[in-house]
Amino acid sequence: MRRLALALALMALPAAADDRRSGFDYMGPDTQAMQRDDTANPGMLWVRDGEALWTRAEDGRSCADCHGAVDGMRGVAARYPVFDDAPLSLEQRINRCRTKHQGAAPLAYETQELLALTAVVAHQSRGLPAAPDPDPRLDAVRAEGERLFRQRQGQLDLACSQCHDENAGKRLAGNPIPQAHPTGYPLYRLEWQGMGSLQRRLRNCQGAVRAEPYAYGSAELVALEAYLMARARGMPLETPAVRP
Amino acid sequence: MTELTRRSLLAAGTALLLVRPAHATPQAMAEAIRAFAGGAAKAQPGRVTLDLPALVENGNSAPLTVAVDSPMTPDSFVRRIAVFNEKNPQPNVAVFHLTPRSGRAVVSTRMRLADSQTIVAVAELSDGTFWSASAEVIVTLAACLEG
Amino acid sequence: MPRAMINVPQSVPRGTVFEIKTLVSHPMETGFRPDESGRLRPRDIIHTFVCTYNGEEVFRAELFPALAANPFLSFTAVATESGALAFHWTDDHGATHTETARITVT
Repeated sequence: MRRLALALALMALPAAADDRRSGFDYMGPDTQAMQRDDTANPGMLWVRDGEALWTRAEDGRSCADCHGAVDGMRGVAARYPVFDDAPLSLEQRINRCRTKHQGAAPLAYETQELLALTAVVAHQSRGLPAAPDPDPRLDAVRAEGERLFRQRQGQLDLACSQCHDENAGKRLAGNPIPQAHPTGYPLYRLEWQGMGSLQRRLRNCQGAVRAEPYAYGSAELVALEAYLMARARGMPLETPAVRP
Repeated sequence: MTELTRRSLLAAGTALLLVRPAHATPQAMAEAIRAFAGGAAKAQPGRVTLDLPALVENGNSAPLTVAVDSPMTPDSFVRRIAVFNEKNPQPNVAVFHLTPRSGRAVVSTRMRLADSQTIVAVAELSDGTFWSASAEVIVTLAACLEG
Repeated sequence: MPRAMINVPQSVPRGTVFEIKTLVSHPMETGFRPDESGRLRPRDIIHTFVCTYNGEEVFRAELFPALAANPFLSFTAVATESGALAFHWTDDHGATHTETARITVT
């Protein structure tokens, strides 16, 4: 019953004015300009790499051989994470395709290749509203993600919600706290001087509160992704975003 | 270790004091400018505009645009534009070589900033004169000296 | 193989000044960063960028570790005649990566 109520709550359109803001809105004008200009946005380098990888054959078969041109992926990333026989992030889906259909080894998180493939697929959904997969098996996953979001952790004993729900918009040592809507991933983070996934960012936050980060691809991180994307429902995807 | 300590200080809301070992100094920057300007010549303020944001969110990347007021004709053009800094580990940022085929003397790039500091751009004109501009930048998160 | 992106207008009226924007993937390792064991990672940057227009050099940049990773460079050129723009990035290993773009001058 509780699951159903949660599902209905998550599916319902917000009746009140939408005061959700993308992390984009909290950035300075120069960083915003960097994201807006595809000829200056470093994330586009990974998108270009992804375009090349999309047509590269692994053991005789490329992504394009099954999926056609990559622009056919429009709308796909907006639904992720999805439920196949298990909750799947976009990275995990790409790796499933590689192992099941291309006879290729899975790519580790944060490798340049996986970032490039994720970037080019998610880029096809840029501008489209986040539209989480309505599969009811994801309800429990999202509920778990919300529980983790609200759970205090680490030596600093802080929950994500304390900063990103209760104190979003306020400043932490000179930098604004964003609302944590992951609509731009994978993104180019100036702090990383490179491209990174949402899971990398979540693990960074965990390190910041001195908690042991969940492993890449863990059920916890996928649950958090699922919750966060439902929380961002309707907000436009921005991949590849730029963030400080 | 450094990053976790810094973040826990930030979370506690205390002002952060960054202690930096000495690397480049204003004197090193002055030396580098002298070397660029050929020793004898002095760079006069003027003709050059240096655009950098006054406040940079992350020192790993700050956009900069340097422009020089010049007709860029074969008789009067900008030969080189050099950019210097005073607090990164070493004082040079870039040297741009232009020609009359450039059309305009405007170059944009992105630089790293180890700390809040002064950035200086010096232009060498085809008539042998040197002109300069400077900009003050505040950095909320530093770049080079992290880790 | 580094990835580079070039942005040049396809067609420009003769005599006008046009903007060229370039972006190349490269970590621009400064030589000042320590690794986990405390040793400095060796410097590894792109130190020179050259743009030629039908074989003649129109712009050159000497880059230092203070340039941000994945270097972005934007500059201008006069549209003199149709032809090829070539872009060369040379790194600390002595390797040069080249890209070209065609420009039509009307």
